Amino acid sequence: MGENSQTLDKERRDFIKKVLKGTIGGSLLLVIPAGLRSGIEVPVQIPGIRDQEYDLNKKRFAFVVDITSCIGCGSCCVADKREYKVPDYHYRTWVERYLKDFDDKIYVDSPNGGLDGYQEPRKDLDKEIRDTFFVPKLCNMCNDPPCVQVCPVGATFRSPDGFVLVDEKHCVGCAYCIQACPYSVRFLNPVTHSADKCTWCYHRVRKGLLPACVNVCPTGARKFGDVNDKESEVSKILSGPGVFTVLRKAMGTSPSLHYMGARREVI
Amino acid sequence: MDVLSNGAVTTVSNFVFPNDLHVHWSMMIVLYPYITGIVAGAFIVSSLYHVFNIKALKPVSRFSLLFALAFLACATLPLLVHLGHPERSMNMMITPSPSSAMAGFGYIYALYGIVLVLEILFIYRPKLVQLQAGSAGWMQKIYTLLSFGSDNVTPESLALDKKIIKFLAAIGIPMACLLHGYVGFIFGGVKANPTWSTPLMPVIFLLSACVSGISGIILLYILTKKYRRESLNLECIKTCFNYLAGFFIIDFTFEMLEVFSHSYLRSGYHHMVEGLLNGPLYISFWVAQVFMFSVVPLFLFGWLCLTRVKDRLYILGTMVTSGLLLLQVLYMRWNVVIGGQLMSKSARGYTEFHPQWFHKEGIITAIILMSLPFIVLFFLGKIFPFWLEESE
Repeated sequence: MGENSQTLDKERRDFIKKVLKGTIGGSLLLVIPAGLRSGIEVPVQIPGIRDQEYDLNKKRFAFVVDITSCIGCGSCCVADKREYKVPDYHYRTWVERYLKDFDDKIYVDSPNGGLDGYQEPRKDLDKEIRDTFFVPKLCNMCNDPPCVQVCPVGATFRSPDGFVLVDEKHCVGCAYCIQACPYSVRFLNPVTHSADKCTWCYHRVRKGLLPACVNVCPTGARKFGDVNDKESEVSKILSGPGVFTVLRKAMGTSPSLHYMGARREVI
Repeated sequence: MDVLSNGAVTTVSNFVFPNDLHVHWSMMIVLYPYITGIVAGAFIVSSLYHVFNIKALKPVSRFSLLFALAFLACATLPLLVHLGHPERSMNMMITPSPSSAMAGFGYIYALYGIVLVLEILFIYRPKLVQLQAGSAGWMQKIYTLLSFGSDNVTPESLALDKKIIKFLAAIGIPMACLLHGYVGFIFGGVKANPTWSTPLMPVIFLLSACVSGISGIILLYILTKKYRRESLNLECIKTCFNYLAGFFIIDFTFEMLEVFSHSYLRSGYHHMVEGLLNGPLYISFWVAQVFMFSVVPLFLFGWLCLTRVKDRLYILGTMVTSGLLLLQVLYMRWNVVIGGQLMSKSARGYTEFHPQWFHKEGIITAIILMSLPFIVLFFLGKIFPFWLEESE
């Protein structure tokens, strides 16, 4: 009995020692994580950018959305909202659900911009549905952007590498660009009171990373890359035999966002 | 409103793009073209006398300029209330983007303001000199400043003034047209919005500006004269009213032409525009703007202009017609600015707009902003006498 209790005490002491060591060691790791982690970097996703001189005029980025691959999970929307702390009820990107009945009538919805994913079939329609598909939407990064044309102070501009961006510190918040955008991708940010929109994650791209939405897409429905890089996936797709379309071509905006497999009903 | 239920657009599942649910340009942007329109219209009345020598308009020629100035002084306020960053508003003047229609506003507004103030000062100069001599203290200082410290009212000096006035009034006409036609172009130049993007927009805005300006002058002329128990110049009212009829007939014709030509052409978006006018805008467009405030005034014009009516009844009729037309123009601005945004760019549905009382851009703010020009006008009247005396 006495021997047993001695062994138990020793085991207890050892256990407490281990817990203490673990706690102290863990706390130290929390205090000095940077030193231990130095040298580890997120792997390059877009080659030819990181640790190289960036020539704005030699890059031309494009975005391809493959409608036939989108499953409407909403991961892209979640990633985007987290990347930018997008205020509720405002959308830098969203996913629409299209339903087509046997009379060729189209029913579209996008509850909460698809942020919650389309986990249930649409219940408010008493129609037999023939076909359904999802359409992710984001900034079209037009080559002739109406938002840039109408901005009275030059706060929104197009960079030579194909990004339409907003200088939120120069924007007066007149919302003219919001009226001018044929795709309704812009909104007035209720926190900054400036115009806001999708940037194709320019800050990530300049570090050789894919846009947040592309990064999380589980089916590869969102593709992004440099068209001038002949080895990039986007460059290969766009120079291949696939059928592509851009949204609202008649607007003459010449978007850099291309859709694969988009039906004519998509606006 | 449920668009599907009224049957106007059967292919619509009422899908609104998520960012289109919110109406970004609300009541302040309704007031802005309304106020600048009144400025341009009032200026035209004055120019009809000063440039085109329509002598019957002499009694209101001075007042209409002050009326224009009072409204011009308040024209930027709705814009400043609307801006997300009013503190950066000067960026429009400092870093204007030449490609933007909106960037010219600051310059056009400022130049027009200078022309208007100069014209008022030259027109009032003999009166100011006279008032300066008869006043004391602060008022005398103000009159000295406003008459540029000059008390030269010799015939030669006044003849030179007259030439300068004619020049200012003459360049003022294209500037007033530019000021307001340009406001119309701000909307007309938005290709993303099919209800706005029409070359007729600046023309409609300009004509409706004349309608609201002349209506305002007629109404205020009669009301102030009645309040002061002074006699009215019936010839002046009749001339104003006839001009008002002319401008309004052309204005209303263009407004209807826009609707009916699109309806007849049955182009891509006509279903959506049709659904908008027959759906969410049915009351404010067809009932209010078209029937109550356009068709009814047209009958009133026919009755008052083409038949013999007793003077008292005529004056009452002009007041009612002018009041209705002021509302017509306000409804037209509402239907263009807010109505145009109710239609989502998805081309599949309409959003809603409910004005709020206490919002930054709400009804209370709108009422305050629309009262301000009258307060400014009241104080202007303390310095510049509105009405001519018999001898003038």
